[in-house]
Order: sequence, then C-alpha cells, then structure tokens
Amino acid sequence: MALVNGRRPLFAGLSSTATAPITAARSTPASVSGRYAALSAEDDAMAESELSGLTELNQQLGAMSQLPVFDVPAVQDPAAFLHAYTEDPHSKVKIHIQHGTTTLAFKFKHGIIVAVDSRATGGSYIASGTVKKVIEINPYLLGTMAGGAADCSFWERELARRCRIYELRNKERISVAAASKLLANMVYGYKNMGLSMGTMITGWDKRGPELYYVDSDGTRLHGDMFSVGSGSTYAYGVLDAGFRYDMTPEEACELGRRSIYHATHRDAYSGGFVNVYHVREEGWVKISSTDVNQLHYGYKAGFAQ
Amino acid sequence: MLQSIVHWNCTGFRLLSRFCIEFSVAMSILAYNGASIIAMKGKGCVAIAADRRFGIQAQTVSTDFQKTFKMGDRLFIGLAGLATDVQTVASKLQFRVNMYHLREERSVAPETFMNIVANVLYEKRFGPFFIEPVIAGLDPVSGEPFVAATDLIGCPDVADDFAVVGTASEQLYGMCESMYEPNLEPEDLFEVVSQCLMNGCDRDAISGWGAVVHIIEKDKVTTRTLKARMD
Repeated sequence: MALVNGRRPLFAGLSSTATAPITAARSTPASVSGRYAALSAEDDAMAESELSGLTELNQQLGAMSQLPVFDVPAVQDPAAFLHAYTEDPHSKVKIHIQHGTTTLAFKFKHGIIVAVDSRATGGSYIASGTVKKVIEINPYLLGTMAGGAADCSFWERELARRCRIYELRNKERISVAAASKLLANMVYGYKNMGLSMGTMITGWDKRGPELYYVDSDGTRLHGDMFSVGSGSTYAYGVLDAGFRYDMTPEEACELGRRSIYHATHRDAYSGGFVNVYHVREEGWVKISSTDVNQLHYGYKAGFAQ
Repeated sequence: MLQSIVHWNCTGFRLLSRFCIEFSVAMSILAYNGASIIAMKGKGCVAIAADRRFGIQAQTVSTDFQKTFKMGDRLFIGLAGLATDVQTVASKLQFRVNMYHLREERSVAPETFMNIVANVLYEKRFGPFFIEPVIAGLDPVSGEPFVAATDLIGCPDVADDFAVVGTASEQLYGMCESMYEPNLEPEDLFEVVSQCLMNGCDRDAISGWGAVVHIIEKDKVTTRTLKARMD
C-alpha cells in the first residue's frame, strides 16, 4: 500500500466529521422513507462486507488494487505546504483551483434526477463554460463533480476502474452503497492533504434507486435529495418549493433544470449549460443539455404570458 | 496606452500596485461588487459601455445597477469598483460640475472634468475611494472626442483609442486590442464596443448580467441596453 507522508492511507469504516454538508432536511413520503430509512444501518454493514471481500482479493492480487501512489512535496508538512499556495488568502502566490459549481440530485417515484451546471472558474476568471460535471462511471452509475475539477475527475475515474474490477471478480454489478464507500475510503486516506471534492454517487442497483453524498473530508451520507456547490442554497430553494414524490419524469427533469438555472442566475460561480440525467432501472439516460441563456429568455417570455 | 502610463510619471500607478497588495489580502475591495466598463473613441463620436450587475461577491443582488453617469450634454463618466463609493463619487462629481456651471456659465470640457476627477480622488489620497473611473466625451467647442481613465487616487491617463476598467479589465484589453480600429462611424463603434464588453464579461464571473451602451455624437446621445448572458 502506498505510503504517504510516512502514513498509511487508512481504510476506515464509516467516518463522520464535524463539517457536514448542507443537506436537505425534508419529510419524505412514507413509501420512500419506509423503504429506505431502515436500510441505512444494514446497508452500511452490507457495503462493508462487500468491500472486505474485495480487500482479501486485493491482497492476493497486489498491485492491481493498490491505492494510487503520489509524489508528495519534500517538506515537513506537505498538507500545509499545499494549503499555503492554493487556499491561503495571505499568500502572494495564487494558484486557483476550480471551486464554484451547482449540482443536485434527488429521488422521486421514477428514479433519480441528476442536474448540474457547466462553469469552471479560477478566481473570478471563467476558465470554461462547457465542463461535463456528471461523470458516467458505468451504464448504471453516475457521479457529480464539485470542488477541485482534477480531484473529482481523477478519483471518480479511479472509482470506475475499481467498480469494473469488482464486476469482473464477482460476476455482478457493484451496489451504489459499496461504490460510494469505495470512493469515501480512498479519499479518506488523503484527509487533510488538500483534496477538494464534493460529489454525489447515484445509480440503480438491486436495492432500487440509490443516492449518496461523498466528500473529501470523508463524509458519506445516504439521502433522498442533495445539492452541492457554491450555488447549492439557491438550487435547494427552488427544489424544495417544487418537489413532489409522484412527479412525472418530465416534471422532475424540468424541476432539476429550473433549480440549476436559478442557481446559475444568482451565483457568479455557476453558469454555462444545464445537463440533466435520469437514473432508471435500465441504467441512466442523458435527458438534455441546455444553454442557460436559452432558458433565461425562454422563462422570461413565459412570465410575460 | 502603456507609453502614456509611463509618461505620466506613474506616481498613482506605482502606488496603486502597492495598494493592490495591501488590499487584496483577502480579496480586493475593488472586486467586492464586480463591474466592467469601456470607453472608446470613434470618428466624431465616443462610446461608453458598462455592465449592469450589482453583486456581493458571488451573490448577484440586482441586474439594473447604474455605473455610468451623465455629467454634461456630451460628457459621461463610468465608475467601476466598490458600489457605495461609485454612488458617493458620482454625486460628489455632479456637485463639482454644477458649481463649475454656476461659476463659469459654460459646459465643462472633458479634459477639465478629468482634472476635477483627479483632484476629487487625490483629496482622499490616504483613504481612497475604491473606484476606477473612465471618462468619455466630446469637447463642447471643437467636438473633439476624448477618452481617459484614472486610477483610484487620481492619476490621469489620456487614451488615444480606448480605456477599460473593472474586474474583467484583462479580458476587455484583449477584446479591445483585437477589435478596435480608428475612425469608426457611430453605428460601427456601437457594434465594436458592445461586442468587446459582452464577450469580455462572458469570461468574468462577477460582471455582466446585461449592459448599457451610450454613443455620444455632436448632436445626440444614443443609449441602448444589450441583451446579454444572465449567468
């Protein structure tokens, strides 16, 4: 296993940290909560056992399943070193890492809707307006990107590789619970070393539609609705106001799209296109990719009627 | 443009760079609200264009904020920077222009107005207003186009082509350097200045959300609002 700063990257169990993300506190219809609320304890135990099986195989197969190895700055405290040059506002050197974003995902009657914006910023400079923030892990799993673009895309790519290896070894698809825990455990090994990542892992497995929030603090949460990023509060506002569990897929997609649109309007660090995905039993489907500008003037024309 | 900065002894600009280091400790106060403004010369005309966003850091609060102010029949000033200081300085300048009218009984020339701006700003040398002004106007007698900018403590910089200020100034320089040509007619000047501002702002997270363009000619001022990206 890779040694980082003389420390072993930890494979810890479910980690809880003081800094929880903004999560939607909302009452869910009895059918969902009855079906999924009781699941989480048993769920985690299952995810753990699925993974411990994997860990044994990993030991046998060695290199293939090792954590990636990284060069670390040759200083006393590499985390503080990195922090000083990327996050610390007092530093004269400014290396900006992409931060602003709005992403959301929610469960409803017909599966899960995932909607994201497409802006990448470095400071106030718009580095790109066409970023793909939904990462297609495999035909049944989706991940979202918020925080460091490189961190998200690298670790979710690594997650995709591990999910594929799991599939080949076990002759069945990995559960969303196990996949999300794989990711949480990987990044937990690099806790406090400057990783920046807030992601949602969604998919449809034998338990049904599943949604997890995972971030670089090591937080991993199971839930029915999440929004992540600098525009998340705006998105929650629209989402909470318009949510019904029994929406049609079309209504749900439109709610997701509209929530992201309103976030891009108010939040300077969100914008570009709104990408919408629908997670179904047969796997995910990309529904739409719409320019925010088109939405804005479309909605505006709608108001006038 | 760069030559004229060097020529103007640089007192203000050199100190500006020192200020920037001091005030950008967290984030520059000049970038707290976000703004982008261009002034550009044409043939017998000048243009001034500004974005319309008023925000508090990442949060867009309104999209109809006034950043350009009419100071005479053919004279405008654009103020980018801290919104509270934009409004304070605008009314201070309006007062100075009104006093000039009462005393002199004639309209103020753009160059004279630039000196008024420089003096008003230098009064606060050790606790400056966090604004960057651009001036666009036609001389009331000769009709000669005039474009200038100053730094936040009033170092004047007369431009012979265009002047840009604000949070997207780097993007605006890029647009203007490539799009500008001398002696544009009013309609063409409008097109160039609008494209420069809109495309510059589209690469800046904290300015944009609509734009206002004034085309100042000898006998009329045309004001248009642009349909821009709202994200």
